[in-house]
Amino acid sequence: MKQEPELESLNIDFTLYKTRLSPKFRNRAAYKAPDSSKILSFISGTVLDIFVREGQEVSKGDDLMILEAMKMQNYLKSMHRGIIKKICVCQGDKVTKGTLLLEMEQIHNTPS
Amino acid sequence: MVQKSKIKELRERKEKLLQGGGEQANEKQKALGKRTARERIMALLDEGSFSEYDLFVEHDARDFGMDKKILPGDGVIIGTGTVFGAPVAIFAQDFTVAGGSLGLMHARKITKIMDHALKMKMPLIGINDSGGARIQEGVNALAGYGEIFFRNTLLSGVIPQISVILGPCAGGAVYSPALTDFVFVVDNISKMFITGPEVIKAVLGEEISMEYLGGARVHSEITGNAHFFSSSEEECFSQIRKLISLIPWHNGQKAKNAEPAEPDPAYDIEKIVPEDPTLPYDVKDIIKSVLDRSDFFEVMENYARNIVIGFGRIGGRTAGFVANQPLEMAGVLDVDSSDKAAGFIRYCDAFNIPIISFVDIPGYLPGIDQEHAGIIRHGAKVLYAYSEATVPKITVILRKAYGGGYIAMSSRHLGADFVFAWPTAEIAVMGPEGAANIIFRKEIMSSDDPEGTRKQKIEEYKRMFANPYVAASKGYVDAIIEPLETRRSLLHSLAVTENKMIQVPAKKHGLPPF
Repeated sequence: MKQEPELESLNIDFTLYKTRLSPKFRNRAAYKAPDSSKILSFISGTVLDIFVREGQEVSKGDDLMILEAMKMQNYLKSMHRGIIKKICVCQGDKVTKGTLLLEMEQIHNTPS
Repeated sequence: MVQKSKIKELRERKEKLLQGGGEQANEKQKALGKRTARERIMALLDEGSFSEYDLFVEHDARDFGMDKKILPGDGVIIGTGTVFGAPVAIFAQDFTVAGGSLGLMHARKITKIMDHALKMKMPLIGINDSGGARIQEGVNALAGYGEIFFRNTLLSGVIPQISVILGPCAGGAVYSPALTDFVFVVDNISKMFITGPEVIKAVLGEEISMEYLGGARVHSEITGNAHFFSSSEEECFSQIRKLISLIPWHNGQKAKNAEPAEPDPAYDIEKIVPEDPTLPYDVKDIIKSVLDRSDFFEVMENYARNIVIGFGRIGGRTAGFVANQPLEMAGVLDVDSSDKAAGFIRYCDAFNIPIISFVDIPGYLPGIDQEHAGIIRHGAKVLYAYSEATVPKITVILRKAYGGGYIAMSSRHLGADFVFAWPTAEIAVMGPEGAANIIFRKEIMSSDDPEGTRKQKIEEYKRMFANPYVAASKGYVDAIIEPLETRRSLLHSLAVTENKMIQVPAKKHGLPPF
């Protein structure tokens, strides 16, 4: 017989209730606000080719690298105009979902 | 006068086919802790009630050496029998024959018994134990699965469909159980997944065992794909038999009544709910205190435990129960519990089973993960299911019924036929603390003693609104009853709603939030 969890407090609309917390609630993923300076892999795969180097300036829509996954070659494109600060992987690396691939600094268009 | 030699020939042929995959394969099955397909059917059905069909069916595949393969019964046994006298249709895949793999004739046997069950209006039980599609038959295997899924859908809501996972059930195959009403799983024997561990490892580099990916516990506790969990095939069969005894054989009739019986006096309904409204209790004790023999047949016991669903009898009549569970996550409604409740409500509605709801809900679970998981869409399912249901709907508000939770839990507004409330019921737009923070904000902020004023306002709100009388004064609650009157009220409600008949606007079907 598995051990039943202890009673803990749960705040529902400002009232504290004594109750058991579920494993799913305890293990819920902490929210991370999206950081546009970090490019994470959206799927597990292999880094097939890297088109940029550190220090390079890229425009919005430029191809950064190819991530091969599910038999498809996925071209990762730059979301903004910016400068590549750091490339965190090498060609041929096998990466899991959410791996940091590269960091870039966005160049904001200054209004003239 | 039938020639003795003909009888002899039939017996010899049958003898061979009844061996399934042969002695070695049968031994292997036992070694895995599994019974054979035939043993399962015999154990599940009433003794001596099984009639088999299509024992002599053979595949006619020729590619990949299939022309040399003899597969008894093409790996599946079909037939009819009874469970506690109720006629049922059954199929059981035979893992000892080509791994129970599905080829076209194998599938045609299954669809044959499904068509039969539909015509004869009897429950269908499917015992799944198969390695999946028979690759050698190529597209024919896919056709076979497609024909089965189509019928699962056709039969859905017409006859009860029960899936029993007594071995692997992977890839496309697992969609058949997913389309059925109730899925039974057995610890260490059931395996369900779309893509298996080897493929996941090869393609994504993620490692996990079969058991942790899609074993019985995973589906009973995490995915919500299973409805009944057991530790042995034997326990599983007694669960299936119990379920069949509680539900109707088809959607044109009601469940058969049993002899009425009194609840177990050990359950004292007055002593269960604590005085402090922030303290929990086990709502199953409340349910058991009103049921015949206190016999509650719980469904999905270990999934979304913050809501409780299941079947029980009151005065001999079967009813479906939905209850918030204050002992788990304060009994809130969230994504998983909404799915769990809505599915069950629709099952009861499809099969003419009255729904009794016990309400003690503080609200919906707040959180970014809930919002991003779609609590809006999932929560709406409960509103839809209750509103759509035309079976008798009886509600007992035990304690809290705040805000949207009040509406969702079978309120009068969603078509409940009788709404009872205990004196401890608090039917309000929100709890006193939350209300004080919003309604009396200005007064608290501008007071010399904000904390004191806040406490005073909370008390004020409690007195005025945390009770059933405001709702009762508007007719939203039909009667305020003492706990000891609960079973009597339910008995009476079930009796007077026997012939409930209401019309819904003509439509092909509505569009429940998927």
